[in-house]
Amino acid sequence: MNLTVAGALAFWAAAWVLNERLVRLDARTVPARRAIGLLVPAIFGLTLLVVWEGLVRGLGVPTILLPPPSMIWSRILNSLPTLWADFQQTFLKAVLIGYALGCGSGFLAAIAVDRSPFLKRGLLPLGNFVSALPIIGIAPIMVMWFGFDWPSKAAVVVVMTFFPMLVNTVEGLNASSAIDCDLMRTYAATYWQTLFKLRLPAAAPFIFNALKINSTLALIGAIVAEFFGTPIVGMGFRISTEVGRMNIDMVWAEIAVAALAGSLFYGIVALIERAVTFWHPSVRGG
Amino acid sequence: MTASARIAAPAEAGAAAGTSALRKLAEGNTLPVLIVVAAIVAIWYGFTVYLNAPWQLDTYRRAGAEWTAVDLVRDTMAQERPVLPAPHQVVAELWKTTVDVRPTSNRSLLKHAWITLSSTLLGFAIGTTLGVLLAVGIVHNRAMDKSVMPWVIASQTIPILAVAPMIIVVLNAVGVSGLLPKALISTYLSFFPVVVGMVKGFRSPEIIQLDLMRTYNASGAQTFWKLRWPSALPYLFTSMKVAVAISLVGAIVGELPTGAVAGLGARLLAGSYYGQTVQIWAALFMAAALAAVLVALVGVAQRLVTRRMGARP
Repeated sequence: MNLTVAGALAFWAAAWVLNERLVRLDARTVPARRAIGLLVPAIFGLTLLVVWEGLVRGLGVPTILLPPPSMIWSRILNSLPTLWADFQQTFLKAVLIGYALGCGSGFLAAIAVDRSPFLKRGLLPLGNFVSALPIIGIAPIMVMWFGFDWPSKAAVVVVMTFFPMLVNTVEGLNASSAIDCDLMRTYAATYWQTLFKLRLPAAAPFIFNALKINSTLALIGAIVAEFFGTPIVGMGFRISTEVGRMNIDMVWAEIAVAALAGSLFYGIVALIERAVTFWHPSVRGG
Repeated sequence: MTASARIAAPAEAGAAAGTSALRKLAEGNTLPVLIVVAAIVAIWYGFTVYLNAPWQLDTYRRAGAEWTAVDLVRDTMAQERPVLPAPHQVVAELWKTTVDVRPTSNRSLLKHAWITLSSTLLGFAIGTTLGVLLAVGIVHNRAMDKSVMPWVIASQTIPILAVAPMIIVVLNAVGVSGLLPKALISTYLSFFPVVVGMVKGFRSPEIIQLDLMRTYNASGAQTFWKLRWPSALPYLFTSMKVAVAISLVGAIVGELPTGAVAGLGARLLAGSYYGQTVQIWAALFMAAALAAVLVALVGVAQRLVTRRMGARP
């Protein structure tokens, strides 16, 4: 065992001890508790990176198999224009447009279905079933129908995000209790007033649940759809071609961008959720 | 009059029984689902004609042939490489590739489905085990809870399906090939729902129950096996349903970059290269059937286990 590996392992052990200490600390104030809550996973993540770097360099793992984090970082810095172009093509066009269309149409379909109990009973089991299917498989068909550019990827994203949204919204619209609906009736509220003032707010936690699920589904759908044919730009295209050329560090750079974009997307949706459903116990409780 | 009324009475009773059976159907989910499915199939046929018509009209014009509406409808549903194959074409293809061909042949969809299924199951098994073990660690160790849990969640922001080709190619370069690389992708996807579900499940016993175990002087292992594990089982099955579905997706995507050798994913890719739409749809339906069967099997296992544990339906 050489020094780099030993150093990495020692760092790991030290970080572990530090974390054990930190979680045992009896933090009194809220900021202190929050700081510990952030610090512990941060240390863990840093440890992962250090151990990764140390093991790869120390054990002489070929960079084709697994490049060290420092190499990936320098690759990210060196190829920012390419990464930005790919990000634009895949995320800003395919993912966002598909996400908006899919979630929007799922939402509208749910409101339409909600008025007919018969349709609701017919569509819900089907929607649940379709949610479990490998929808990603329609990617080749969409590429055939909508061409190689981003519309076909957006179409895949639309189909993938539609059903979770439909199922969750219908479930959420049923969440308002009978007594609340009765109260609205005593106010002589119209259907639409009841919908906007009572049932949609009550459905918000469910809708945001679908929005969060869909935020990750959308990115995956768009990237995988690019494996079936793209113009020469896009995250999925870059990943599959750079793998072929054995530029694994570029692949990892692309993965880092995708992970960052996915986390940010999810985080933004979660923040909006906190702002909109401030009344919900899971948000109020902290 | 009276005689005919007497004769009519049983018929009326029969009709009443008929309507009550109908009502039961309508109140349950079966009839609505069937009607919605029928509507979808009808819409599908409509789109088949609409989407395939341009190409068909083009061929008519080139051949200079006379055509009627009936001809058009019939021909749009019998194209070799339609934009959208008609449902019966897909069913015929499914029948041809599952029943008419020997299961060992490369053209048999059953063989490809089996390849996908085996890596799905392997990945699902590893993923579930790993997920349960991680959850046990997270529940019993505070440092692990604080440090690992955020990263388990962060791990899912890496779109692993997008990385699948790299994992496959890289593992192939090291000499790991065949089932395992695909199974690893399924593992990565399926461990997450299991961890999240099981952490929740292991924590579902109430404090009063844990206190009771303490008054019995139960050891950690006893508390785990007699209280935490049984109360986590419902969560296990719920997350296993999600995990098995997502494992299948992982296995299919994992088959895309292997040079289209075998498996449902390879069938999809080959179909898209050669424009064989009917083949793509058949593979899709096979995948859907697999997903349905797998989720249903987990459901059956759940029912058996909960019944053995004394749950009343």
